[in-house]
Amino acid sequence: MSKAVATQPLQTGKPRSVSRLWWRKLRELPLVSIIILLIVLVIPALLAEVIAPHNPFEGSLGKRLQAPAFFGGPSEHLLGTDHQGRDILSRIIYGSRISIAVAAAGILIAGILGTLLGLMAGYFRGWIDALVMRLVDITLSIPAILVALVVAAAIGARFSSVVFIIALVLWAVYARQIRGETLKWSQSDFVARARVAGASHFRILTRHILPNVTNTLIVLATLQVGFVIVFEASLSFLGVGIPRPNPAWGLMIADGRKYVMSAWWISFFPGLAIMLTVLSLNMLGDWLRDRLDPKLRQV
Amino acid sequence: MGTEILLQVNNVKKYFPITKGLLFVKTIGQVKAVDDISFTIGESETLALVGESGCGKTTTARLILLLEQPTHGEILLDGKDIYALQGDDYRRYRDRVQAVFQDPWSSLNPRIQVRDIVAEPIIVNHKLSRQEIRDRVEKILVDVGLDPVHADRFPHEFSGGQRQRIAVGSALISNPQLIVLDEPVSALDVSIRAQIMNLLRDVQKQYHVSYLLIVHDLATARYMAHKIAVMYLGKIVEYAKTEELFNNPVHPYTKALFSAALPSHPDIQREEIILHGEVPSPIDPPTGCPFHPRCPMKIGTVCEKEIQTLRCKDNTEHWVSCGLYAEGRPEPETGRQQ
Amino acid sequence: MSNEPTLRKNTTQRANGNVILDVKDLRTYLFTKKAVVKAVDGVSFFLRKGETFGIVGESGSGKSTTALSLLRMEPKPAGRIVGGEIWFYGENILDKNEKEMRKIRGSRISMILQDPQTSLNPVFTIGNQVSEAFTVQEGRKNNQGTLLQRVIDLLRKVNIAAPERRFSDYPHQMSGGMKQRVVGAISISCAPDIVIADEPTSALDLTIQAQYLRLLREIQQTTGISIIFITHDFGIVAKMCDRVAIMYAGKIVEHGPVRAIFNHPLHPYTHALISSVPRMEARVERLFSIPGQLPAPGEMPAGCRFAPRCMYADDRCHKEYPPTFGGLSEHTEHTTDCWRLEDPTWEPKSYSR
Repeated sequence: MSKAVATQPLQTGKPRSVSRLWWRKLRELPLVSIIILLIVLVIPALLAEVIAPHNPFEGSLGKRLQAPAFFGGPSEHLLGTDHQGRDILSRIIYGSRISIAVAAAGILIAGILGTLLGLMAGYFRGWIDALVMRLVDITLSIPAILVALVVAAAIGARFSSVVFIIALVLWAVYARQIRGETLKWSQSDFVARARVAGASHFRILTRHILPNVTNTLIVLATLQVGFVIVFEASLSFLGVGIPRPNPAWGLMIADGRKYVMSAWWISFFPGLAIMLTVLSLNMLGDWLRDRLDPKLRQV
Repeated sequence: MGTEILLQVNNVKKYFPITKGLLFVKTIGQVKAVDDISFTIGESETLALVGESGCGKTTTARLILLLEQPTHGEILLDGKDIYALQGDDYRRYRDRVQAVFQDPWSSLNPRIQVRDIVAEPIIVNHKLSRQEIRDRVEKILVDVGLDPVHADRFPHEFSGGQRQRIAVGSALISNPQLIVLDEPVSALDVSIRAQIMNLLRDVQKQYHVSYLLIVHDLATARYMAHKIAVMYLGKIVEYAKTEELFNNPVHPYTKALFSAALPSHPDIQREEIILHGEVPSPIDPPTGCPFHPRCPMKIGTVCEKEIQTLRCKDNTEHWVSCGLYAEGRPEPETGRQQ
Repeated sequence: MSNEPTLRKNTTQRANGNVILDVKDLRTYLFTKKAVVKAVDGVSFFLRKGETFGIVGESGSGKSTTALSLLRMEPKPAGRIVGGEIWFYGENILDKNEKEMRKIRGSRISMILQDPQTSLNPVFTIGNQVSEAFTVQEGRKNNQGTLLQRVIDLLRKVNIAAPERRFSDYPHQMSGGMKQRVVGAISISCAPDIVIADEPTSALDLTIQAQYLRLLREIQQTTGISIIFITHDFGIVAKMCDRVAIMYAGKIVEHGPVRAIFNHPLHPYTHALISSVPRMEARVERLFSIPGQLPAPGEMPAGCRFAPRCMYADDRCHKEYPPTFGGLSEHTEHTTDCWRLEDPTWEPKSYSR
């Protein structure tokens, strides 16, 4: 009897062409978010040398505090100049590189560390679990800004210290989430089957559990890019982040603070860049979460 | 059957500790999930463990699969204690004993192609070339009634019955001697169950493999098994060849269980044996026979105090653990059931 | 199904007697993003006073959606009743508004779930929950004394010993069997005409299941209500039902008195399904196994839904859905949707057992 079944066509596996499936997925993408991200973040970061009209580090004091072109200023500086006469548009364009670099490095380190510890805690349980989870509790209970101030005071404000601070603050979120997922998958029948087949712990973790938590990882990371950009800006604003004269967005806002009444554009445009980036990243993250991992809704 | 003994389970107990406290863990009790059971499985033979939830049949399966460590007792495969296996012997055991689980939706990793799911046991335990693995996977897929063309698909592209075929294929690929079947058909639709039951019987003959079948449905047990052990509260209460057990059940619990089963035709009217009370907690099981508080046939202190062991009833291979059949008592009348 | 049944051997197949529920050509579709799933696709049946009617089917057969549609509780927002009539004591349920439906649910047609653990609220006493059933339906016009007395009477009706003391117990203080009885009591608290018993697919322990079935029988004997059983298990049908409808992929393919169905199943699906179930009472050499898979929702065959798996199917079966034929002469209410019954002497071959 069983042989007869082989001739039956698979019921759900109708040969849909792969390209059509992709087209359908493409149509559902949150296009506005993606276009904003491309314009504000990705294209400037990739092509800064080509599209930036001026050198972001050099200005002339003769041109300081010029208003944006559409606000009565000279057409040379579309978004005006800052207190040192540097072109704000060019600084924002170069600043996107800093935002991306900090977010990528910080999230990568936090993600790897948190995933590793979360996998171990959820899979092996016992004392590893207890230790990791207590560390998570401690990390999550200390205010992030406080950590940042202490670290900056200890090792100084540099690019690497910003990345370090971000990793230190974020790893716990990954560890807690991945541990929960791992716990669930460890009890699944397919992990039991793998153990019965003789698979090693390493194989089970990498081959069976890790692929099942990647969706969670992607969603978490996307949702956190926005947080990291705001966080980096806050650090820079407080003077414990990216050092001057780098064109970090947070730093630019801080620089413009003194001139808010007279030259609002110095702070306004970097602020607008942060807002647009974070808003569209969060929208993209929400969309990804709904698509890949609806359980994460409360995170 | 009269075959060689493959697996021997001797006086196995599994107690799970109940603990209290976060830092200073204290054991405050034990759940006696499996409490002193013994049975054997012969080559190419199917033994069914039947009983209601909490009777210990799943724990027994997990002990044999080395997913739990027993508190006491030994399990021998071909005469070797499976908990003492090291290195190559251990790897060989993993090769020779496989499992098929109840729910084909949770037992196949959704992120792995069918080809790799099926090949897992031989990838893990053997050094085979890609081509050898490919060939064996394709042969197995044909044997379990699937088209090898679909080997590159993911589990979600298959229906429940097809997924269970994939699980059976994966369990068979290493040519095992024993497969533990944990409720292999109860999650499937009725019209699919017969396909899988027949498949399991067919590959048993083809591959000379033994089954330990964990099942709650008595009709499935009768169709699939050569021998049946009835479990109640961590103990085996009755153990016999399938036809003997169905024709002549003697333990009062077995009788009650049979009477509660649904009939296959409206004209079959069974006398219902109504059991009172609930299954006692395995944390604090009753003294003596575990069934005595609910037993309609209970006879005084023999049942309440003495722990009965499995005893062979009138020189058949029909074993029962019941005060009515205690040593030195005359054999009670057993009305043969239809 | 809309055309008149084709008669076979001069039989009348429409109901007579105390029909209290008459479902005609019910259609409930699920409107999903991808497709319109015809979960219930033209289903007709009737129910007499005091009888037990079974609806058997596998997953995707539409049996649960049918039951929910009777209460106008089709799964929202995807589900919508798009056609048909449900006549209940001379009134069409499909014409009622939500407020009127709330009066019918619970008090005239109620539902009982097999799992008592999830249908009792752990933070209220038994008495609380049973009396709530009264007040929900009747408002708060009862005074406390008579309400208490009615609750106690009701608990006694479902054979709960010493209901005066049990009244103030919480669910966790009761055994599983007792809780089942309380759930049963709630479902009959307002003397409904029909109780729908929907069975979850998860396997229940045999002795618990037997207790549940016994309870339903007792309730039926003391109150004379009609029961509709939704199940996938022919054993439950054999044990409990007077008449049965077999559903496959949204259609009732065969319908008749339970003995007629078991002794002379005429639809190839029913026949094959009964032959593919193992028996506890007798040794079976080899089970018949139905080839193929259930049709996926949204990918329905054009003609007879069972045709792709049917050993008797011909070209017409694949193209056109068959009309309803009457059954053998001695079973006047036996109907079957199958082209083969055009030949009045046709019967499915018996499978070797």
